[in-house]
Amino acid sequence: MHADLVQLRPEGLYCPAGDFHIDPWRPVPRAVITHGHSDHARSGMGTYHVTESGLPILLWRLGQQDYHAHPYGEAFTLGAARVSLHPAGHVLGSAQVRIEVDGEVWVAGGDYKRQPDPTCEPFEVVPCDVFITEATFGLPIYRWPDTAEVARDILEWRDECAAGGEAAIVYCYALGKAQRLLAEIGALDDQPVWLHGAMDPGVDIYRAAGAQLAPTRRVADAAKDESFAGRLVIAPPSAAGSPWLRRFRRAQQGFASGWMRIRGNRRRRNYDRGFVISDHADWPDLLRTVQETGARRIIATHGDTDALVRVLRDMGVDAGAFRTEFGGEET
Amino acid sequence: MKRFATLYQRLDRSTATLDKRAALVAYFREAPARDAAWALWLLAGNKIGGARARLAGSRELRTWIAEVSGTPDWLVDASYDQVGDLAETLALLLDDPHEAAEEMSLADWIESRLLPVANSSELERRDVVVEAWYTLPFAERFLFNKLLTGALRVGVSRGLVQQALAELSGVDIALIAQRMLGAWTPSPDFLAGLLSPDAQPGDTASPFPFFLASPLEQPADALGDIREWLLEWKWDGIRLQLIRRNGEVALWSRGEERLDGRFPEIEAAAQALPEDAVIDGELLVWTDGDAPQPFTALQTRIQRLKPGAKTLAQTPARLLVYDLLELAGEDMRRLPLAERRAHVAGLVGRLDDRRIALSPEVVAQDWADAAMLRHEARARGVEGLMLKRRSSVYQHGRKRGDWWKWKVDPLTIDAVLIYAQAGHGRRSTLHTDYTFGVWDGEALVPVAKAYSGLSDAEILELDRWIRQHTRERFGPVRSVAAEQVFELAFEAVNLSKRHKSGVAVRFPRILRWRKDKPPHEADQLDTLKALTR
Ligand SMILES: [Zn+2]
Ligand SMILES: [Zn+2]
Repeated sequence: MHADLVQLRPEGLYCPAGDFHIDPWRPVPRAVITHGHSDHARSGMGTYHVTESGLPILLWRLGQQDYHAHPYGEAFTLGAARVSLHPAGHVLGSAQVRIEVDGEVWVAGGDYKRQPDPTCEPFEVVPCDVFITEATFGLPIYRWPDTAEVARDILEWRDECAAGGEAAIVYCYALGKAQRLLAEIGALDDQPVWLHGAMDPGVDIYRAAGAQLAPTRRVADAAKDESFAGRLVIAPPSAAGSPWLRRFRRAQQGFASGWMRIRGNRRRRNYDRGFVISDHADWPDLLRTVQETGARRIIATHGDTDALVRVLRDMGVDAGAFRTEFGGEET
Repeated sequence: MKRFATLYQRLDRSTATLDKRAALVAYFREAPARDAAWALWLLAGNKIGGARARLAGSRELRTWIAEVSGTPDWLVDASYDQVGDLAETLALLLDDPHEAAEEMSLADWIESRLLPVANSSELERRDVVVEAWYTLPFAERFLFNKLLTGALRVGVSRGLVQQALAELSGVDIALIAQRMLGAWTPSPDFLAGLLSPDAQPGDTASPFPFFLASPLEQPADALGDIREWLLEWKWDGIRLQLIRRNGEVALWSRGEERLDGRFPEIEAAAQALPEDAVIDGELLVWTDGDAPQPFTALQTRIQRLKPGAKTLAQTPARLLVYDLLELAGEDMRRLPLAERRAHVAGLVGRLDDRRIALSPEVVAQDWADAAMLRHEARARGVEGLMLKRRSSVYQHGRKRGDWWKWKVDPLTIDAVLIYAQAGHGRRSTLHTDYTFGVWDGEALVPVAKAYSGLSDAEILELDRWIRQHTRERFGPVRSVAAEQVFELAFEAVNLSKRHKSGVAVRFPRILRWRKDKPPHEADQLDTLKALTR
């Protein structure tokens, strides 16, 4: 037996055999980046290994850097490690990192989900000896409803708002969630969706990658007297409570997130509506994925890992946790 | 069930009172009478089958959901900890049924499923509950669980429900409120009577809704000429309606409970009243001397049905009379207070029994004089002053403008946070129920629980701190490091044998978070004891 292929270091997850880090939170010479969310992709690294489809997102988020873009599934060599990137189903271009050294295989799953998502490559089960899994929603109360069903709820709510002369503002993250919502809504309805300025770059990148999204218009381009009654508006959570809201004379506000599964979270933040849509695996999918990889050992990162680790141990799996600095921006 | 679940959702989502009222009106207009009667029962805060009906205990529900969902017990508890609401946790732990079962009405669920198994064996009760879990979709499953675990807590006051019913039926809201006082059953007959414009048999037998004073927020001299105001002490007892009609006496507390049999000395004195009447007053324990006994003395009396001679001698009760609502069968509530008071003064004057006596008028020359008197309140064993406009009619509920309570400034201490627990409803994911202690030598003894007084931002900050500084967990309760000091306000401190600390504080709440104070500078138990009376 040799040393662990991935270890927790103060600067992030580190692969000694390949001398590289995965999604490090401090500057390092060589980084493999799973996806563009800010808790995973940070600036200051010497070189960046990314997926081809994720590259435009990193360019948007981090600007020009020393990028090495790899197609999914194509192995490349870093030190003594054979590395390849595989779809994680989380957002456009998101990856799991497969590391093979002397016949032993570790997979770092990054952020992932198993629900269908028309805007990104579906999750691929990568068999491995050790699987590093996220546990953002690591309790059995987190079970996602069908996304198309949720999209229908949003449209129904928009129509209720129309009846009351109100705009329907949905807050969600600008990378991934917004585009997924636009795709799901576009499949049901052809009215334009209005976008907060922060949504533009992500939407453009997804469209350029071929995603079929609902028609969109920019709130910034709206006529001064534009009535937003009955219009669906998508904005980042940071816009809640900001002066930007003033132009919607009357509005209801909703939030699209896995956290909205719990009523208290919605009420505490005073949203009128909560829509349960998440780009992370829910509890049943965490357990399913861990089993499907066939891994003999599981390491959990993100969020409340205690419950998942304990359940896996009770099932006889060798399970532990890494205390990472992931989690925070996107949920 | 679906219709009521939809109503619940609308009420839960809305923060605007008008929306909530509209939702209630729509529901009561459309729902079948049997359902509507149960909905009213539940919205009024009642339990299915009353307080004694056992449907499912919290521990049982957790055990059943663990079995049904294949979740270990500890993980059910961890989930409950995260959610903070048991009914919701139970609903969240299961997936929706693949096929929706046939719709069963709210009344049918209650009358043909739940009530028949109330107080029966665990197995029978479990069968009914689990069947519901397997067949109801999320929103209805959640609501069903709410029916099992007690109060709905959906941010709807009784008053709002009554407003909706008044709007729907055209019946005066005061009459609706009056008809809903006391005991009633959730039946279509009751609902029909409640919403009927015609006089109902019960209309004469029941108490009137109480008129409540609001806390005085502006300076007293903004109230204008003091001669237009009646000043009285604000007694710290139990607000009560004494009803004597056709020679029969009934006592109703403001909590709408009948207190008959608990205060025989008051009932006996009322029998001797020269005329039938409905009197509004305050019940106190008063031995001899100038001041009543503290509230704790009254507490021992409330719990005792048919008190013995010894109790009656040690803790004799008195009713201090504020107001007259009915005299010899005639409703007096539309008369100005000055006239009602003149009538009631004559009535109790002729009775001449100190057990039922007029609450004396407090005479002040001007507002400055009144303010001085208010400062004497604590020494007199009262909570402050009541200010009532002499021309005011007797309204119902808490209406601002005519009746004010001008309480004495609260007592304060600095205490250390020692336990925290998740709150309910809106704040269920946060720790908002706090227990505070003061020093008794080297140890902190708990002296007060408080739920309110912090801003939303402080609640969030404190919640984070609590999670990071938890010492031990006992179910939902966490003990925390003794580091955070808070200034607490309260109305009074009484000696108490029932409390470990030996004292009971009345109406504690948080004034501010004293981040500047180290815990060893918090107050001593002796300081608190010195404030008792
Ligand atoms: Zn992410
Ligand atoms: Zn993440």
